[in-house]
Amino acid sequence: MKQRAIAIAVFFAALILLLALRAPAFFAPENLRDMAVTNAPSLIVATGMTLVILAGEIDVSVGSQFAVASVLAATLARAGMPLIFAALLTVLAGAGFGAVNGALVVWTRVPSIVATLATMAFWRELLRWITQGAWVQGLPPQFQWMGLGQGAGEAVIVSSAAVVFAVFAWMLRHVQAGRAVYAIGSSRESARLAGIPVKVVSFGVFIAMGALTGVAALLDSIRFSEIQSNTGMGLELKVISAVVIGGASITGGRGSLWGTLLGAGVLAVIAPSLTFLGVNAFWEKAIQGAIILGAIVLERAAASRVPTPALAKNAG
Amino acid sequence: MLLEARNIEKSYGGVRALRNVSFDLRQGEVHVLVGENGAGKSTLIRILAGAVQPDSGFLSLDGEPLLHNSPRRARELGIATIHQQPATFPSLTVAENIALASESASLLRKVNWRERQRAARRLLESVGAEIDPRREAGSLSMPEQQIVEIAKALGGNARVLILDEPTASLTERETERLFAILLRLRSQGAGIIYISHRLDELARIADRITVLRDGQCIDTRDAADTSSAELIRLMAGREVSTVFPVREVPLGEPVLELASVRGVSFTVRAGEIFGLAGLVGAGRTELAETIFGLTPEPSGAIRVCGRQLRVRSPREAIAAGIACVPEDRRRHGAIGDMPIRANSTLAILDRISRGTLLDFARERSIASDWRERLGIKADSIDDPASSLSGGNQQKVAISRWLATAPRVLILDEPTQGIDVGAKAECYRIMCDLAANGMAILMISSELAEIIGMSDRIGVMRLGELRAIVDRKDATPEKILALSLGQ
Repeated sequence: MKQRAIAIAVFFAALILLLALRAPAFFAPENLRDMAVTNAPSLIVATGMTLVILAGEIDVSVGSQFAVASVLAATLARAGMPLIFAALLTVLAGAGFGAVNGALVVWTRVPSIVATLATMAFWRELLRWITQGAWVQGLPPQFQWMGLGQGAGEAVIVSSAAVVFAVFAWMLRHVQAGRAVYAIGSSRESARLAGIPVKVVSFGVFIAMGALTGVAALLDSIRFSEIQSNTGMGLELKVISAVVIGGASITGGRGSLWGTLLGAGVLAVIAPSLTFLGVNAFWEKAIQGAIILGAIVLERAAASRVPTPALAKNAG
Repeated sequence: MLLEARNIEKSYGGVRALRNVSFDLRQGEVHVLVGENGAGKSTLIRILAGAVQPDSGFLSLDGEPLLHNSPRRARELGIATIHQQPATFPSLTVAENIALASESASLLRKVNWRERQRAARRLLESVGAEIDPRREAGSLSMPEQQIVEIAKALGGNARVLILDEPTASLTERETERLFAILLRLRSQGAGIIYISHRLDELARIADRITVLRDGQCIDTRDAADTSSAELIRLMAGREVSTVFPVREVPLGEPVLELASVRGVSFTVRAGEIFGLAGLVGAGRTELAETIFGLTPEPSGAIRVCGRQLRVRSPREAIAAGIACVPEDRRRHGAIGDMPIRANSTLAILDRISRGTLLDFARERSIASDWRERLGIKADSIDDPASSLSGGNQQKVAISRWLATAPRVLILDEPTQGIDVGAKAECYRIMCDLAANGMAILMISSELAEIIGMSDRIGVMRLGELRAIVDRKDATPEKILALSLGQ
């Protein structure tokens, strides 16, 4: 799956080169900062999704979790709760959503695609019913940018995402649980036989996914002075795309967070680069799809040129 | 001559899989192919079945040159291959599976369901099987699926039947049934190419035997005047006696004691290899799973080194000093995607960590150490386990369990599907372990292996331990008779 990441990296470099030649304004500091701030929350969710996919599961409910967490954070702040407690409660609530998914998948053995499809609809509809579609308005002034002003607030958002990413990238490689995630995604049964607490680890992965979604929702919502109750629509597809573009195997066990960073980077850059290159933004999704397809085709082509070692060894 | 291959050459990359191999098959004969893994058997049958094109040489069927062979053309000409793992479609019914080969392949043709069922039933009857054609193929046992495959081949009017290790996972009785079917087909004039690792069964079925070694055809002989010992010598190019090492180990204290665990009681002592014989399905694997905590049983008592245990999970079993190398390597053994070093240390994450952080230096040194001790042939311990041959993957799986420093080692079919050379190495490793005081419980369906390796042999049948036989009293006939309940 490394070929896929390499193909994407080549594409990414070509796009950057094209932008440098045709639209150098793309690299204006304000533009780069804007892109980083808007996409930092998705990177955090993609970090969690990478863990989930590596463990051989999937979570399509993150968009709904994100919406509920955003509204919760704003509602708590409006009710006068100090921001630090509102933030903690939001992350805890996210972990709770993850725990519900994890419990369904691990203990009732519902396949994760089905379980999270159900919670995706459930949380989204519950939120719609409670808010009646209304936005959360009248937020206290210290909510937006955490009362730090736009410059510092943006720096907080981007650096938080960077720290979360770095911590998880390091843990995935250096902590026992990270090794366990790969083992479970590769072969659940082998992992169980090797004495790895498969259920605990899988459950933990879903909780981490939920908590990270909570963090992302919090960081995203402080950009605004009022919160839409239908936020986070389609977020799950965006982050799953980032993980897959980054070379992770959708069946688990293979992939890395660095690949996900690359995937998220490509997805973040496409839409604004179209604007800068003077292409109708209407094409964004089509190009996104073409990139995914192109990367996979390139990878297959590269793979078929080299005889697979497994085949050569089994011959005879 | 029904089917003939002359001067076949085939290379993969730089590896010459077949060198100037010639092979022929007569009508109404069973021609057996034997050879170590990697000897070229699979390549040869793939060429015959049209799945692979030879680099040079030619094929002929009924004396007519067989040009442009492809899987589809081979099937049309009546050459059918039955693989070790049945290739039935699990969610289709038996009748549908059979129809895939025998009915015309037009996608828009209307299906006559009643006729399809009738045809399937007729074919199944013709091979003497009572399988309901309406059942889903996935719900059948492996031998039943194999029979469906044979019926499917016959439905496609196969005249040449190629079977790749069909009895590898069959019990003695199922093997009998398969042989009866094959002998019947032979008497009807079919030519059968049969690959097997189980030499003891060849005398029963083979007319001629061809031995392949290192891609070359060593010899073709009449089965009637060829002994197993001679075949092994031809296959391996080495003497039989080297296969099972001679051991003289004084037995130590009791290490594993079972008291009515699943109704079974016995003791394995330090330095002892206790073999568990029996037919597939006799309850041996189930017993091992209970000891290892996979399927805990409240009744009975397990003691390790005199300490009473209550194992409820593999984790607890490992902590108590029990290790178990499972039977199904592909699903339960080495993890293909992971590097060798991670595979070897997967069960001892606690010991290669400081706190909860992995210590890569310690991981590397432990993994390199096991690579050396077990003779794992790999370029680097960073290579994925999937890049290794079957025998070496098995060694990686064994290293994972040995790394836990167990007192009791359970081996479930430790040499299934690996070649003669790798087998001999596995045996050597087992003897070394026993000599260092480990108690080994070995489950094996291969009589020669059970008798050659075990100090004592427990024979199971229908979930019960029927007898314990000492090494000096063990004969293949005796073990087999006990397994069959005679």
